[in-house]
Amino acid sequence: MSDVILSRIAEALTWTGRYVERADATGRILDAYLHRMLEDPWRDEDAACRSLYAILGVDAGAERVDMQQVLDQLAFDSRSTCSIEGALGAARLNARSAREAVSSEMWECLNSTWHALADQRRAARRTGPYAYLELVRARAALFFGLADSTMSRDDSWRFVVLGRSLERVDMTVRLLSVRVLDAAHAPDWTTLLSASGADEAYARVHSGFGDNARVAEFLLLDRDFPRSALHALTTAEECLSALGRPRQDPARRPIGRLRTRLEYLDLTALQDQLPALLGDLQQACMASAEAVAERFFPYQGPVIWAQEGA
Amino acid sequence: MADIFDAYALADAWDEMFVRPGEVRTAYEPVLAALQPIEPSELRFRADQMARAFTDRGVTYAFAGEERPWPLDLVPRILDALEWDLIQRGVAQRVRALEAYLGDAYGHCRAFEDGVVPWRLLLNSPHFHRVAHGVEPPGGVRIHVAGIDLVRDEAGDFRVLEDNVRVPSGVSYVIENRRAMTRIFPSLFAEQHVVPVDGYAQKLLAALRKAAPDGADDPRVVVLTPGPSNAAYFEHALLARLMGVQLVEGHDLVCRGNRVWMRTTRGEVPVHVVYRRLDDDFLDPLHFRPDSVIGCPGIMSAAMAGNVTLANAVGNGIADDKLLYTYVPDLIRYYLGEEPILPNVESFRPDEPGQLDAVLDQIDQLVIKPVDGAGGQGIVIGPKADAETLRRTREAVLADPRGFIAQRPVALSTSPTLAGERMAPRHIDLRPFAVNDGNDVWVLPGGLTRVALQEGNLIVNSSQGGGSKDTWVLAEGPAEPLDEVPSTEGLPEVAPRQLGPDGNPTFVEEGAQQQ
Repeated sequence: MSDVILSRIAEALTWTGRYVERADATGRILDAYLHRMLEDPWRDEDAACRSLYAILGVDAGAERVDMQQVLDQLAFDSRSTCSIEGALGAARLNARSAREAVSSEMWECLNSTWHALADQRRAARRTGPYAYLELVRARAALFFGLADSTMSRDDSWRFVVLGRSLERVDMTVRLLSVRVLDAAHAPDWTTLLSASGADEAYARVHSGFGDNARVAEFLLLDRDFPRSALHALTTAEECLSALGRPRQDPARRPIGRLRTRLEYLDLTALQDQLPALLGDLQQACMASAEAVAERFFPYQGPVIWAQEGA
Repeated sequence: MADIFDAYALADAWDEMFVRPGEVRTAYEPVLAALQPIEPSELRFRADQMARAFTDRGVTYAFAGEERPWPLDLVPRILDALEWDLIQRGVAQRVRALEAYLGDAYGHCRAFEDGVVPWRLLLNSPHFHRVAHGVEPPGGVRIHVAGIDLVRDEAGDFRVLEDNVRVPSGVSYVIENRRAMTRIFPSLFAEQHVVPVDGYAQKLLAALRKAAPDGADDPRVVVLTPGPSNAAYFEHALLARLMGVQLVEGHDLVCRGNRVWMRTTRGEVPVHVVYRRLDDDFLDPLHFRPDSVIGCPGIMSAAMAGNVTLANAVGNGIADDKLLYTYVPDLIRYYLGEEPILPNVESFRPDEPGQLDAVLDQIDQLVIKPVDGAGGQGIVIGPKADAETLRRTREAVLADPRGFIAQRPVALSTSPTLAGERMAPRHIDLRPFAVNDGNDVWVLPGGLTRVALQEGNLIVNSSQGGGSKDTWVLAEGPAEPLDEVPSTEGLPEVAPRQLGPDGNPTFVEEGAQQQ
């Protein structure tokens, strides 16, 4: 019986993985940005905040924006699943609706995290958001660590990892997009690396810093770094291939194509191709996520697939 | 409301924050405005939080055999753009002069022939290593990293207290202090224009790579540490991590054919630049102390053969000898043809004819320092010493005049420091760090401000229970305020986020009877 899994459960697991990853990535991005803004005496707060909003696909509005507003909207707003708190709340609800598929430890991790956020949010108003962001990172790592150590490597586990991988590609592509498409307002490469948790890994590989082409190459193409687009795509593809049957899997195909394209990319032309490549990556992730939904969660029920703007 | 500055009584020294009681210096106005309304209990809370963060991150130091969190005070030390410009130029000048002296002392010895510095200074120095003689390091650089200790005297002028050009340490605390402060007082930072300090590792790595022997296309740099039990191990690990290079211990290296190799899982790979955080004496048992087990046998021969660069170079100790210190202003004039930008503290040389008697006569009014002491050890402050100490010091100086220098005591400037639940003036100094790549001496904006936590104490070393402060260099002029809302044009179109189910089906309660 263990090879059968309810569509509803599969969907909840996928989104649990996605939302926890989203909270983690958002936390890292906020941490890196805020730190950069504080440390850079020549900062332009409004422009930096706008580029943050652009990364996370949130409309900044016409008014001047500052760090407090960014935090309220991207960290503490429990109504939006684009914020940390909203994403963790949604992850918790999804995990709760899949209680028999996730281990108790995973559920308790999300639940206690959710309850711990309120305290840290209050403390953040006094002393700044760092402890809050640190908690988010630590709990996300704990959650995925528990998934790895308490779940069988069955389809349930694969859906969690698939959700995490798709979100990871999406986040990495968003980070790079703003840098590539809007160099004027974008963060410097060091901030970008630390926002991806990649600063130390990058330094070890390259023993050098700040080379545009090499940073983009690292975040997109590094085979070994788990947040690189290539690594996350490969993981997603492995999950889909283990889950799937048909040869021409519409969920796997867009991802596999992009993965192959990345693997055989002509590095000398990387800079020119970047804008188009980033757009294609994002499209592929969305297409794949939709195909996954169509194929694995094909029912009309109380849980409604909704897409923003649709 | 209790004001933490209420009881702040100025000491008999230049105060960094206050001109006189109640009158704050311009650069400190925002800091005072931010700190003043904070309740003492809240300050204590933040201090405790910071200490816990340091302990968690392993930013600790050994005090009396115990691992303690790095002591960072909550009140930053501020240098305005003008002050910093002076310090930076003065430190760079000092490093260039010392570099010239080292090149000369291990080369043509012109300064000795010309009588600027007496020969005995070189020949008597315990740090003069014959093996270093005639070794011409790549780019002529022997001081890759320097830490120059400065104090501010009663008149508010910066003076050089000592030079460190062997293995100056403390830069990791500059980086960690900043990190901690931006996390504990983010709002304070948001209002200031403080020059960042996070470029240090990049500058250091660039300088080290540039110092590689000729022929190394992609030079491999390593940091050589004595190991985890060394007090500065945290710093060694941090620098290696920030530079992305290996942190090696002596037995990780092997020398063969006058080359240095590193033992790895993929076999032995060549090493070109060793940023060593080991004293000369322990570096190579074949040339120095034969009982050293933390060094690497043969590394000195590899350096002499020009196959590996040691940073800093072996034998630099002759340039930060406290006796040589007294000659540095002359060296600046001699080698650079410039007037010293930063003055020395007024000093005497007991080993010079005539000065010994003068020093002995007024020993109770002078500071006596052993020339090769480190970490504040062995320093006797005349005006504060008892008769017995003075008698023993007088004997020691008489027995070995070359072993000591004497200085006029300087009342180091004070800065408000959290002592218990209130602010009190405590003496501070400053150690800026310079990185020399052969063309350019770059000085890390700020440096390590150390603070003597005991009231009236003038010795600030952490090994003596001292603390530290984050050092802020203010950027020149405030950033231009922007009046109009910038256009969003140019911001990229990024796809909207995909959203999942809310996981909270609405009909659950209908179908389930609660029991």
